[in-house]
Amino acid sequence: MHVPTGLPWGLILSALILWSLLAWASLFIPKAPRIAPLIFPLGALGALCVAAAGLLALHGPPVTMVSPLGLPGLPFHGRLDALSGLFLALFGLTTVAISLDLTGYRAREHYPVAARIGVQYHILLMSLTLVFVAADAYSFLIAWEAMALSSYLLVVTDHRTSAARRAGFLYLLIEHVGALAILAAFAILIAQAPAGPQLAYTFAALHTANPGPAVAGLVFVLAFLGFGAKAGLVPLHVWLPQAHPVAPSPISALLSSVLLKVGIYGLLRVAFVVLPTPAPWWGLTVLTVGLVTALLGALSSAVQSDMKRLLAYSSVENIGLITAAIGLALLFSAYGLKALAALALIAALYHCLNHAFFKGLLFLGTGSVLHATGERNLGRLGGLIHRMPQTALLMLIGTLAIAGVPPLNGFVSEWLTLQAFLKAAALPRPYLAMGIPLGAALTALVAGLAGYVMVKFYGIVFLGRPRETRLTHAVEAGPFERAGLGLLALLCIVLGLWPAGIIALLRPAARLLIGTDAPVTVSYAGARVGVAHAGYAPAVLWLAFGVIALATVLVLRKRSPRPARRAAVWNCGHPVVGARMQDTAEGFGQPIRRIFTAFLAARHRQPAPDDLAPRYGSVVEDRFWTDLYRPAARGFETIFAWTAALGPRRIAVSLFCVLMTLIVLLALAP
Amino acid sequence: MTSLAAPINLLAALFLLVAFAMLSQRRLANLISLYAWQGTILTFSIAMAAYADHSAHLYASALLTGVLKIVLVPILLRRLARRLDLQWDRESLVQIPTVMLIGLGLVIFAFNAALPIAGVGHIINHAIVGIALASILLSLLMMILRATALSQVIGFLALENSLIFVATSVTYGMPMVIEFGIALDVIVGVFILGVFFFHIREQFDSLDIARIERREE
Repeated sequence: MHVPTGLPWGLILSALILWSLLAWASLFIPKAPRIAPLIFPLGALGALCVAAAGLLALHGPPVTMVSPLGLPGLPFHGRLDALSGLFLALFGLTTVAISLDLTGYRAREHYPVAARIGVQYHILLMSLTLVFVAADAYSFLIAWEAMALSSYLLVVTDHRTSAARRAGFLYLLIEHVGALAILAAFAILIAQAPAGPQLAYTFAALHTANPGPAVAGLVFVLAFLGFGAKAGLVPLHVWLPQAHPVAPSPISALLSSVLLKVGIYGLLRVAFVVLPTPAPWWGLTVLTVGLVTALLGALSSAVQSDMKRLLAYSSVENIGLITAAIGLALLFSAYGLKALAALALIAALYHCLNHAFFKGLLFLGTGSVLHATGERNLGRLGGLIHRMPQTALLMLIGTLAIAGVPPLNGFVSEWLTLQAFLKAAALPRPYLAMGIPLGAALTALVAGLAGYVMVKFYGIVFLGRPRETRLTHAVEAGPFERAGLGLLALLCIVLGLWPAGIIALLRPAARLLIGTDAPVTVSYAGARVGVAHAGYAPAVLWLAFGVIALATVLVLRKRSPRPARRAAVWNCGHPVVGARMQDTAEGFGQPIRRIFTAFLAARHRQPAPDDLAPRYGSVVEDRFWTDLYRPAARGFETIFAWTAALGPRRIAVSLFCVLMTLIVLLALAP
Repeated sequence: MTSLAAPINLLAALFLLVAFAMLSQRRLANLISLYAWQGTILTFSIAMAAYADHSAHLYASALLTGVLKIVLVPILLRRLARRLDLQWDRESLVQIPTVMLIGLGLVIFAFNAALPIAGVGHIINHAIVGIALASILLSLLMMILRATALSQVIGFLALENSLIFVATSVTYGMPMVIEFGIALDVIVGVFILGVFFFHIREQFDSLDIARIERREE
């Protein structure tokens, strides 16, 4: 297929121009409400352009561009290679769905809110695109900051509540700490670059800087810290469960599906493209942090009773899995096992795509539930499958996918990750070769917990009886929302049933990062993926499942003596059937809370034995708040109180101190 | 280059003179005019350095400084002073002769401190470094002695002028990017402070620093 090389850039440029016009036009929504219905569908069109550009770039040659904009002597560099292409495709496709959902969201919101979201959302989309195509440290950081600020403003859309303001501040704070670490990493690399007439700040020039192992390690640690803060790795994940619940649901979807992946993208870009060959300890660090993040995320999500907090912790878990696979890729490539590194990387990238699609689907669906019921607390939902059948069906696809149930996409990437873990026996160090396959067990535990969480989530929200009377007034989501959900559900199915094609798509990205192809991954005509002696053929599997299921149904129908009929639900012999008889979210999570007490900080409220109106409850807090952040905050407050007591109260006195310091320093100068 | 030494020295001397004038000026409107004059001198000295160095970027920098510090910032400050209605207020300073004597002491100190610095750069005249350093210290002194927030801000802007002056005279200017950055900071700073002053006055009924501090406690 011949594609003109300028086409991807043209598409990206037109999307950027379209979005900037839309951001500008959104300012006029309150004055001219007639334009409002057009804003978000046009935004979806832009996202479609970006997705197309990304898919084209995946198989095309890398295209570079020097922007005429920028400061004199420091132009912006852009580069569109397979890695950017992959993430642009992920971002574009998810954003199409989110923009569609926002179209419906806008229709039911007040104009000022819609206008504000319209401005900030499109600025965020522009800066995200620029982050993915930036090819020098300087434009990357500018785009990064623009992204951080615009997403912060979106998180505090509902800025009248103090919870939103606090969550927003936490997000901004962690974001800034991360950005500072990234800035420091780039600054060290730039300082290491050979001195020339021009400042070396493009990624290509930084790659040739070739710092020593100690400096490269320092840069890597800083970059990992910075990008880890964005991706939500332990212990910097605390902003996720705070920011996701307060943001509007489409924005939560964007945060979880795309913004977390930006951290992953940055980590891949710096660790594999900018820095030289990794040292083994990099991979081990990333692997350990990833596994810990995955486990803690899965455990915490199992005990949540707020829909969005549950999903936020589930995002932490998925990011942990992706990071663990990246750690494996680093480890393999440090020992020169390029083919296995490519396999681990393909698993990580596959999971990035998967998580973007199913988590976007779940967050958007949660938004529809939230709109229909006004309730985020699992304890007050239930039985919505009767009121919102189509949403419930689409959400079922999402929950099955995220739980890693075979025909859908979640299984493929988890299977690939497990394969990569098991192949770690090929590592030349005995400890690693024997220890790392144990990570596969942890991954399997996490996958199991994820399934448990999703049973809880779907079962409590959609099945059973409504726990509140007003839930009976819930109505089906609007057509735009359902379109968005449908698109993501379709993507989940495609990624699940057609792994060979998707792996073929991901190969150029892995080849770009590792340098070699993944020869172990062999794909036959669209049905079978083989890794050495293990194989997975979803189409065949599913065909077999279908045949068996159909045969069972037919046989049962044929042999049963009476025709099928609908009957009342069996009430277990109990005289009263009510919503209170059902299991609650807390009740469902209780075993996990008991088994993993050491990992969770839970406070229980248990009624006295003679209480006539007993109320049970438990509050589960993140242990990182109680064990890490609160002591740190207290420490800072102590230091601050100490310096404040020392310092003068008056501006003139402070200024005088500045003057005296200056004079003393000047006098001391030789 | 030698032919330029005399005019550059003259400009430096004028710069110091303006710094002293600012230190002793009580009325805000006149203070703003003095700030504009300082900007004019700075612009000329950068242009002179550009001529000596044949550097296009210094010419651009002179143009930027001129537009910003002779025209834009004084206009903004004047408008602010008019709208806050304090252009003709007299500030109660410490006795002016005392202030002048302290200032003289600072100048002597600055010249002494400048001697080792002057040896480093490819310098037109080492006195210029001394003068620039002296005006930095004088602007700081002015910030300390002023009682209203707006004149403290002018002191801060004068401090920034002196820094640019020392940069152009010692090293023929900073990289263009940094100058752009500083220019942007100055303009944004003036805007934001303007907004802040209205809020402060609403809150405290005054821009008098002493009263704001008392309320804080």
